[in-house]
Amino acid sequence: MKILVTVKRVEDYESKIKVKPDNTWIVTEGVNYRANPFDEIAVEEALRLRDANMPSEVVAVSIGSGTAQAEIRSALAMGADRGILVKHDGFLDSDAVARILVKVVEKEKPDLILMGKQAVDVDDNVCGQLLAEYLGYGQATFASKKESLESAEEKAKKPGLKLGADKKTMQVVREVDGGVETLELQLPAVVTVDLRLNIPRYASLPNIMKAKKKPIEEIAPGVDVSPKVKVVKVEAPPARAAGVKVPDVATLVQKLHDEAKVV
Amino acid sequence: MATILVVGEQAHGQLKKATLNALTAAQQLAQKNGGQIHGVVVGGAGEELAQFVQNVHFVQNAQFEHALAETHAAAVAEAAKKIGATDVVIAATAYGKDIAPRVAAKLGAGIASDVLAVVSANQFKRAMWAGNAIATVEVTTPVKVITVRTTEFPVAQKAGSPGQAQQLEVAAPQAKTKFLEFNEVKSARPELTEASVVVSGGRGTKGDFKPIEQLADVLGAAVGASRAVVDAGWQPNDLQVGQTGKVVAPKLYIAAGISGAIQHLAGMKGSKTIVAINKDPEAPIFQVADYGLVADLFKALPELSEEVKKLK
Repeated sequence: MKILVTVKRVEDYESKIKVKPDNTWIVTEGVNYRANPFDEIAVEEALRLRDANMPSEVVAVSIGSGTAQAEIRSALAMGADRGILVKHDGFLDSDAVARILVKVVEKEKPDLILMGKQAVDVDDNVCGQLLAEYLGYGQATFASKKESLESAEEKAKKPGLKLGADKKTMQVVREVDGGVETLELQLPAVVTVDLRLNIPRYASLPNIMKAKKKPIEEIAPGVDVSPKVKVVKVEAPPARAAGVKVPDVATLVQKLHDEAKVV
Repeated sequence: MATILVVGEQAHGQLKKATLNALTAAQQLAQKNGGQIHGVVVGGAGEELAQFVQNVHFVQNAQFEHALAETHAAAVAEAAKKIGATDVVIAATAYGKDIAPRVAAKLGAGIASDVLAVVSANQFKRAMWAGNAIATVEVTTPVKVITVRTTEFPVAQKAGSPGQAQQLEVAAPQAKTKFLEFNEVKSARPELTEASVVVSGGRGTKGDFKPIEQLADVLGAAVGASRAVVDAGWQPNDLQVGQTGKVVAPKLYIAAGISGAIQHLAGMKGSKTIVAINKDPEAPIFQVADYGLVADLFKALPELSEEVKKLK
């Protein structure tokens, strides 16, 4: 099977995020960049599915300026077979991203599109669903699995998504409110992954070296990318007033009762 | 003239409370754009929604029994087209997040997700970078779809006189998705996102949630957990509080043995009063806590349970 997996270049969540003084965006100087952590889970799942269902191919796609090559390389170093960079400078809303990905899907005709459920920069959680609707495909958001991340299945790096015997369907466990749901998708389909689907692997040094020789094709967006949703202002969140330390449980209860009036 | 369609969410034919948070957002939007509010609910609970909204459209037949994004989005989009909706408002629950973008795509609408506040008829506030920045976004399309963070909008009250629920006939599209099963996580405690008190445990519990649960029961609270706890399989997934889990804003949030990673803070820092109990005085959770207690949770929580019992 052919799996298309997205890797977005995002600010490292361990970097300190500061809002620009003119409130147009965040300060990007001095910030580290990395692949979106949810996308890394998608890459890991793609690799497991490939290895369990040979012959298969994993294609990693990113949209951005030339610097996004780095995130495609990191997916290649994890084990993806080749990369596609859709070159575009500047902000894209999720709708434009979805419409660009439609073009990539039309070109590549994958059996499965795997994406992170959201990118940890804009935290939209809409792109995969938009893509599925534009393509007329079924979708499973919040993909997870019933086994924990400390289970034997996880240690054996088994895929959490189960390809049907006829290779035309896929079973996906989803985290929803109040429990977990299992769906069967007709392929091709879009699956967006949640945290507990797997633990992504680290790239080994030999694989990092190998990744340098893997091909990355550069293409143009091929669609009108004018946004349906514009960011007009970015502000710092309201700060919480500093609290106090209490010496013991009795003082805590007294303050909760008399001061905060919550117990 | 604006026409706002609020999308109801139901389970087993009962309206979910999140719908009423979304309705408040719709009412705030109506104040900005002079719009009239309609409701739609797929799968049941039409009459119940009509207690709150004058014009309700419900879609109910066997093809919509399971909340598949493909079919439910199609039904909502049909309702939106029928009434000429300019705005579609949905709670940002797992259901709302699943279907809203597909509704937007069908309507050619821009979508603002997980909205915290309605700024104007087409501008909304939403969190980015795990809540480290608040963006004002503008939806530029004639039709707009927004999903709203339920903790930021109070529950709407019943209308003076009940409205009318009309069945809407929609042909379900041939779904490419099949529902197989649902494994419900049952709990006698209040639901995490609806509780007025939440007691959460982190890595410091080492998987032993007895003191957390005991205190929760004394306070009538919901139990929450940090990501580390859920990843380890110590507690079920749907107890996770954080940017990537549930966002909660109770009156009282007690974090025990939770260090306070950014992503956890993003899920609870809207709480009115925050208490942190942690052995490590340097734990970042203390920076957002109104009251911090440096202590071993296995000693402090049972004491706290006893002290609270004395008050009652």
